Amino acid sequence: MIRLTDIQRDFQVGDQQVHALRDINLQVAAGEYISIMGPSGSGKSTLLNMIGLLDQPTAGHYQLDGQDVTTLSDEQQARTRREKIGFVFQFFHLVPRLTAAQNIALPLMLAGMPEKQRNQKVQMALQQMGIADRAGHRPDQLSGGQRQRVAIARATVIGPAVLLADEPTGNLDSAAGTEVVKILEQLNANGLTLLVVTHDETLGKRARRRIHMIDGAIEHDTLLQNHTPPASP
Amino acid sequence: MKTRDATRFAFDALRGYRTRTLLMLLAMSIGVASVLVLTSLGEAARRYVTGEFSSLGTNLIIVLPGKSETSGGSPSLLGGTTRDLTLNDALAVSRSALINHMAPLIIGSAPVSVKNLQRDVMVVGSTSSLLDVRQWRLGKGRFLPETDITRARFVTVLGSTLKQELFGAKNALGEWVRIGDRRFRVIGIMAAQGRSFDIDVENVAFVPVAAAQMLFNTQSLFRILLDTRSRESIPRAIAFIKHTLRERHQGEEDVTLITQDAVLATFDKILRALTLTVAGIAAISLAVAGILIMNVMLVAVSQRTTEIGLLKALGVPQRQIIRLFMTEAALLSGMGAGLGLLVGQTVSSVIGYFYPALPLGTPWWAFLAAIGVALGTGLLFSLLPARRAAQLDPVQALARR
Repeated sequence: MIRLTDIQRDFQVGDQQVHALRDINLQVAAGEYISIMGPSGSGKSTLLNMIGLLDQPTAGHYQLDGQDVTTLSDEQQARTRREKIGFVFQFFHLVPRLTAAQNIALPLMLAGMPEKQRNQKVQMALQQMGIADRAGHRPDQLSGGQRQRVAIARATVIGPAVLLADEPTGNLDSAAGTEVVKILEQLNANGLTLLVVTHDETLGKRARRRIHMIDGAIEHDTLLQNHTPPASP
Repeated sequence: MKTRDATRFAFDALRGYRTRTLLMLLAMSIGVASVLVLTSLGEAARRYVTGEFSSLGTNLIIVLPGKSETSGGSPSLLGGTTRDLTLNDALAVSRSALINHMAPLIIGSAPVSVKNLQRDVMVVGSTSSLLDVRQWRLGKGRFLPETDITRARFVTVLGSTLKQELFGAKNALGEWVRIGDRRFRVIGIMAAQGRSFDIDVENVAFVPVAAAQMLFNTQSLFRILLDTRSRESIPRAIAFIKHTLRERHQGEEDVTLITQDAVLATFDKILRALTLTVAGIAAISLAVAGILIMNVMLVAVSQRTTEIGLLKALGVPQRQIIRLFMTEAALLSGMGAGLGLLVGQTVSSVIGYFYPALPLGTPWWAFLAAIGVALGTGLLFSLLPARRAAQLDPVQALARR
C-alpha cells in the first residue's frame, strides 16, 4: 500500500546541508502495525510526515495505493490526506475553542458532510472511544487521556486507511498511555494500518514490525513471525 | 466545506478571541459612522444653501450696475466709469414679452419712527412685483400699489418684527410712520418668514421705488430683479437685456447679469465637492481600520499557527484556508459596518434633534460607499494574512505546542 523508493530529504540549516532522510526504501502492506524508533534527530518524525504528505521529499518516489503522490498538486495532496490518512500527535492539537464533539466533527465538516450525517458519525466515534459523556466539554476540561482519545476519534472518523501516530503516549501518564495504546491496537485489529513513532521501548516492542532509524537511514527493519503483543503493555 | 459551516467556524473563531474582535469592530464602526455623519452634515449644508437660493425664485435674473470682470488687472482710467441703472432702464428691459415680473431695487438705511419710538432699519424701495419675484408672503393689508412706478406715493409695508417694535400688539394699518424726513402711511405688514438669504424681511420697511429715490436723493438703482416666464427663456431674456442696456448706455456693456441657475449650480458644485472631500477624509479612518484588521489578522495567524497546521493535516487545501480567513474578515467588516450604520444614524439623529434647522439626511451613495469601503478594506487587508496562513509549512506549524 505504501511504497517509498530512494527517498531523500535534505534541510538547509544555515550554510549546512542536513540529511534528514537518506535512501529510504520502505514498503508497507495494508493492516500492518509498525513502530518506528530511534534517537532524537534520527529522522523518524520526518519519515512519518513524509508518509502523511505533510512533507515533500527532496528526491525519490512515494507511491500510495499505486499512485505516485509526490507529483500531486496541493489540492490533490490535501484530498489524499483527508481521505486516506489520519494523524495523532503528541500534543493532541485539539482546537481549544471547540468542544470534543466539534473537534471530532471537524474533518467531516471540512469535507462538506451535512450536519445530520456528521452528528451520527461523531456519536458513534465518541461511543467507540468511551467518551460519550464528554461530548460537550472543551479540551481544557478534559484529561490528557481523554484529549488523546478525542484526537484519535478525529483522526479516524472519516475512515482513513493509515493512522500515523507521533509519540501518542509521550505526553500521558502510564495509565492513560495504556488506554490509548489499547485503542490504537483495537483499531489496527479492525484493519487500520498503524505506524507509531515512539521513544518508548515497551510501546515499540508491541508492534509486530519494528523499524529502527539512525541518522536518517533505516538501520533495522524486523518483522516478527507469530507475534502477539502482551495482553497489557 | 459548506458555506454555512465555514461561516460558523469563522464566527466561533471570532468569539474565541473576544478582545481583538471587539477592537476591530470598534475601529470599523467608528470609520463607517464617521463617513456617514460627515457626509450627512455636508449634504445638509448643501441642501440648506440650495434651499435658500431656490427661495429667491427659480427664473430670476439679477441686473447689477457695473461690469465685474474676473480677468484681474487694474481698472482702466478711461473706460472705468459706470453709468447708473435708472428706473427708465428698468422699464425698458421689462418691456420684453419674455419678462414676467420686474422689480427695481433701491436699498438704504433710514430711521423709522412712530412718536418717540425709533428704529434704524433697512429701507427697500421697489414695486408691487417684488413680492412675486422673491416669493415672500404678506401678512396683513396690501403690498406696494400697482400704479405708475415713477410716481412717488408715500406708503410703506413693514416687516413683522419692525411692526411689533413700533406698534406692539396695536393695529398698524392706516397709521403714519416717519421714515427719514417724510411721513408714510402703513398699508401692509409682512408675514413672519425669517431671513431670506440677503434681506431680513422681518426687519425692513418697503416703500415705492420713486419714494425711495426721493428719500435717498438718488436716481440710480441698486439692482433690477427680473423674473422670466420660463426657465428656457432665460438665455434669450439675457441677450435682450444686454442688448437693450447697451443701446441705452451708448454702446457700452456696463452691467452684470447673474442668473439664479448659475449661482445655484456653482454653490451646488462647491458644496458637493466639500461633502466628497469630507467623506474622503473620513474614509481615511476606514483605511486605518483596514490596516488594523490586517495587523490583527496577522497576529491571529501566528496565534493560531498550530490550528492551521492541524487543518492542513486534516486535509484542508490552501485555497480553503484562505477562504476561512477571508470569511472571518468579511464577518468582521460586515458586522463593523452594520454597527457603524447604527452609530452613524444615532449620531445624525442626535445632531438633528439639537439643530432642527439642518436638513440632515445621508445620501444613498454614502451608505453604499461606507459599507463597500468597509468590506473592501476588510477583505483586501486580510488577503495577505490569509495567504500567509495558507502557505505555512504544516510540519513547522505543528512542531509548535
